[in-house]
Amino acid sequence: MSIMQRSLAWARSHSTVVQAIIPLILAGVLVQMFGSSLLVNVYTFFCVSLMMVLGVQVFMGNSGILSFLHVGFVGVGAYASGILSTPPAVKAMGVPNMFPALVDLQIPVLPAILLGDIVAAIIAAAISYPMMRLSDAVGVITLFATLIVFHVIMTQWDNVTNGPRTFFGVPEYTTLTVALVGALLMIVLAYWFRESSMGLRVRASRDDRHAAAATGINVVRARYVAFVLSALMAGLAGGVWAHFITSFSPKAFYMSEMFVLLSMIVIGGAGSISGAVVGTTVVTIAREVLRQVEASINNAHVLSFEVFGLTELVMAILMVAVLIWRPQGIVGGQELKLSRLRFKKKKEEVSNV
Amino acid sequence: MNLEFLINTLSLGSLYALLAVGLVLVYGILKLVNFAYGEYLMVAGYAIYLSAILGAPWWATLIIAVVASMLVSFFTEIAAFRPVRTKSMDALLVTSFAVSIFLQNIVLLTISPRARAVPLPDFFSKTVVISGATLPLRNLLVIGTTAVVLVLLSFLMKKTVLGMAMRAAADKFTTTRLMGVPANFVISAAFLISGFLAGVAGIFWVGRSGSVDPLTGAAPLLIAFIATVMGGMNSPIGAVVGGFVYGLLFNILSIALPASMISYRDAFMFAIVVLFLLFRPEGIIRRGYTEERVG
Repeated sequence: MSIMQRSLAWARSHSTVVQAIIPLILAGVLVQMFGSSLLVNVYTFFCVSLMMVLGVQVFMGNSGILSFLHVGFVGVGAYASGILSTPPAVKAMGVPNMFPALVDLQIPVLPAILLGDIVAAIIAAAISYPMMRLSDAVGVITLFATLIVFHVIMTQWDNVTNGPRTFFGVPEYTTLTVALVGALLMIVLAYWFRESSMGLRVRASRDDRHAAAATGINVVRARYVAFVLSALMAGLAGGVWAHFITSFSPKAFYMSEMFVLLSMIVIGGAGSISGAVVGTTVVTIAREVLRQVEASINNAHVLSFEVFGLTELVMAILMVAVLIWRPQGIVGGQELKLSRLRFKKKKEEVSNV
Repeated sequence: MNLEFLINTLSLGSLYALLAVGLVLVYGILKLVNFAYGEYLMVAGYAIYLSAILGAPWWATLIIAVVASMLVSFFTEIAAFRPVRTKSMDALLVTSFAVSIFLQNIVLLTISPRARAVPLPDFFSKTVVISGATLPLRNLLVIGTTAVVLVLLSFLMKKTVLGMAMRAAADKFTTTRLMGVPANFVISAAFLISGFLAGVAGIFWVGRSGSVDPLTGAAPLLIAFIATVMGGMNSPIGAVVGGFVYGLLFNILSIALPASMISYRDAFMFAIVVLFLLFRPEGIIRRGYTEERVG
């Protein structure tokens, strides 16, 4: 086989990654060249959201356990990298109670982001092993309770996070290019894990954990690896996000943000990376359109009151509608592949039997 | 242990038990952890607020609150949960999360993002003195109401055909349907009772702060979650036990934690519960573990 054929064969068997990456790069280049500054911002935000969603997907999609906790790891990554990269003078002014050792700390942005996600991964590694024993409703609620613990700590520990007040002055670093590179890296990482032997084990435990355990898979360990990796990815996304948004408070890492992430992953389909990409795209577009509608209603003063929460309202309805029509999400549990598109009809008939 | 501590713990525990039982009734049958449950309490609060504006007397506002919460519970089941009932458990969970966000934002959109004062009858804020201990009358009322409601509920579950059908459905739903019990009817009944309990608990919940806002539902939802998980997800008795244990734990932490740590109380609370679950994932009350879902 020539190198040409071999690389074609490789591209075909891994066409999911290629398919996800090429449109993202093309869209990125087009937006960068021709887009307005608003569009550049939206696309950058889209890429950052995609990073977070992929972080969640690596655990939730592969293990089948719904996780509310990941937005907490996004927060850990954001705070850790923000504290590391913000100039001491800004921190001394903005966070009056901060530990002196933390105030003096400053390293360049990129290492700060990388260290931030390592902090998130270490926390995940320290707390999550026993939690991986729990499945179903108990597992979901435990992760949910842990998110609340995270939130309480973030809002109360004002020596580190500035408490419930805004943490500001994080240097701006995330441009469209940075976010896009981050998102592409995440896609490759998520895909690599999914196809790796550990990923296969986690997915086996998702489909039937007793059968998986019976074939010698250590379910808890497999889930644990997926969880720590996904926390690392969520932390990385958080760091990139922090250097895009530059000021934030613990509110940004709680229920309403988790709802946005969940709606992206559920509408697209939690089981696949293609689903995460499609879901993030659909939800980002829908939210931007709704936000514009909401803003123009408020600016036109046709109503006697301010319209609040319309975006979330419509997103909730959209989410329930998608779940009723396609409970597996738009894409479903399988990855999109070039070869699969051709036989799609046939496949669906089979699966309906 | 003095009387004040005892009564406070009992009243807190009663309120939490009410919350937890409402959640567990639906969980038993549908295996649905209902994230929209907290919003049923919020609806009760807003029902009191709106009906009081319209000039209803206090007893009518309370009845309207309970009815409103039952209706919302009933209709969310028909509109959202019924179509996804046969799908995966995650689909059901996420649906309930979406319903919760939907209800919050409807209130945000139509009433106000800001808190509204809820007028409650005077005796809610009165205190009584029993053998030297000053107690809010409200706390005694919660204990009494919970006792009555729980007795009625256990009568319903144990002695009536509906209750028997619901208990059977919680054990083996498919078999119950084969015995000729209509699935939709049992599930609707469970949601109505769940809404009733949420309504009653909602009155007392709102009564503690005297105001209601779109996010009122979050805190009671969490309490109900943790209490049910701790007590055991598979039986109402577990939920009651969990509610009282949670109330006790809360009061002990409130006293035992030093002042500088008190703002971390919730974190301690949930950390204790998570640790407890790691050693005993099935909760305090162990019962035949059923994983079967409605199909």
